Amino acid sequence: MIEDKPLTSRMRSDGRAVSLQEYVAAGGYQGLRAALQLSRHQVIEQVAHSNLKGRGGAGFPTAKKWGLIPTDLARQPRYFVVNADEMEPGTMKDRLLMEGDPHQLIEGMIIGSYAVYASVAYLFIRGEYRQSNEVMKQAIAEAYQAGYLGQKILGSDFGLDLHVHTSAGRYMCGEETATLNALEGKRAIPRFKPPHPPVVGVWGKPTAFNNVETICCVPHILREGAHYFRSLSRTEDGGTKIYGASGRVKTPGLWELPMGTSAREIIFEHAGGVPDGCRFRGCLPGGASTAFLLEDHLDAPMDFMSLQAHGSRLGTGTLVVLDDTVCPVGMMLSLEIFFARESCGWCTPCREGLPWIAAMLEALEKGQGRQEDLHILQEHCDLLLLGRTFCALAPGAVDPLRSALKYFHDDFRRHVINRRCPWS
Amino acid sequence: MGVSPMSSTGVGPVAKKKKLPETRARRPCHEMGSIMLSDEVKKEIDAEARHYPQRRAVVAEALKAVQARRGWVDDESLRDVADYLGLSFDEVDSIATFYNLIFRQPVGRHVILICDSVSCYLTGYEKLLDHLKKKLGIALGQTTADGRFTLLPNACLGLCEQAPAMMIDNETYGHLTAARIDEILGKHE
Repeated sequence: MIEDKPLTSRMRSDGRAVSLQEYVAAGGYQGLRAALQLSRHQVIEQVAHSNLKGRGGAGFPTAKKWGLIPTDLARQPRYFVVNADEMEPGTMKDRLLMEGDPHQLIEGMIIGSYAVYASVAYLFIRGEYRQSNEVMKQAIAEAYQAGYLGQKILGSDFGLDLHVHTSAGRYMCGEETATLNALEGKRAIPRFKPPHPPVVGVWGKPTAFNNVETICCVPHILREGAHYFRSLSRTEDGGTKIYGASGRVKTPGLWELPMGTSAREIIFEHAGGVPDGCRFRGCLPGGASTAFLLEDHLDAPMDFMSLQAHGSRLGTGTLVVLDDTVCPVGMMLSLEIFFARESCGWCTPCREGLPWIAAMLEALEKGQGRQEDLHILQEHCDLLLLGRTFCALAPGAVDPLRSALKYFHDDFRRHVINRRCPWS
Repeated sequence: MGVSPMSSTGVGPVAKKKKLPETRARRPCHEMGSIMLSDEVKKEIDAEARHYPQRRAVVAEALKAVQARRGWVDDESLRDVADYLGLSFDEVDSIATFYNLIFRQPVGRHVILICDSVSCYLTGYEKLLDHLKKKLGIALGQTTADGRFTLLPNACLGLCEQAPAMMIDNETYGHLTAARIDEILGKHE
């Protein structure tokens, strides 16, 4: 039988993490054995054929990212960093992967490190994920003992040290170059690009930087082949996807489904739809920094390309659902309070613009908004674009706002005209 | 009035200036080198530092090691961490104040981090926050008079499928109701 849920099938129902013995018994570390038989270049080629794209939100092809790392081996050491600073509101998929099946991530990190000639790997975990930190540290110790980490892994010439870096909060730490600063013990502000991290990364060395879910896919590509991985998907992008739904749904949760599953199937079949008597109004398809989808858009495949036609993005693939019992302006206020607070303050448009947006939304919610506020909000959406800000935080903050102003325009206007929130 | 130990709470373009206590001890340069950090903390910092090519990489870990023992990071301890890692006071402070889980002001015996992000908003965390404020008699950013609880807002805790959610010390709690909050608080002395 072909396994159609490679990332989650081994997970236990009692919530305990899959042990090393259980992982190996289910075919674990076979992907690593296969990879070590191949050249580095061949490993990257396999991943390229699988059409694996980054699951952190940007959807950049993983093999292409690894291919950017210079082949000039004089640049040593090289680093392999995995981003487990999961703090995108509405997103909880990496927690499941780390706490459910830690060795899958470790195996992926070893294979990835082998592919880019990295000798040290870091797993950057947010401080609030106490259990993830504990589970991963325990699993890494097991992997060292069993010879999957350390020198001469499985009798090969390849060696790798893998460490957990436990962070201490702040969304900003999940931005690629800010993560590298945080890892170096500096204030986590983003760095100017270029040079890009594959060339000049942590401590100035070539550095691969990937999301947890992306790397969890890698062992299965090496073990079962690129064709298998592509066949799991309903679209061009390879593999399965950990989709999720939270907010105004009956049964919130996470599900591993074929890449390209529609938002309608996720919300109405897996998450049970909106509560009885309530009406679906819209959803953020992949966390706080993705634009709203409406009922009309729900049949589009949730992959990296298809949602762009509707002005949105797959993002993290964890849906946040709004129904008619909650005020869309209030929801936007909640999102913008988050972004304003989490702005690192490094560049002026983000530091000044986001609190301004939050303050205007708050005034609207309190019935103190004016008609021209809607234009000023729209102006902020037009000005806080990539290229005008130092990193993608503020552009991500205005993506949902721009779509909310368009799709929920009447709701915004009612706040102004009635001088109160219709939901309060 | 209570205290707001978090540098990053609250919306608003005007950053709150942190008042340093007048009595902040300034030791002359020749006395540098840690005298305050316990051997246990130093050992912890050194063990972690072995994972990195540069010692300063462990600055957050070192501050957390201090905080784990005294609840927050006072100026004296921060200076000791700076000295031990060969960094300036201000540089370490700029890192300490960046992280919302490092407290630069005293906190209660238990720190409540209530998630105020979108999934918890949609599932009604605001009513629970009101309940918490009323029950504890404090606002966000404050500590109860008996020093038992500090109440802080937190970015998405990644418990969206269990929303609304909160964290107390290192434990997470989902599917919150007012009754469940009362029960949870009762277990924290």
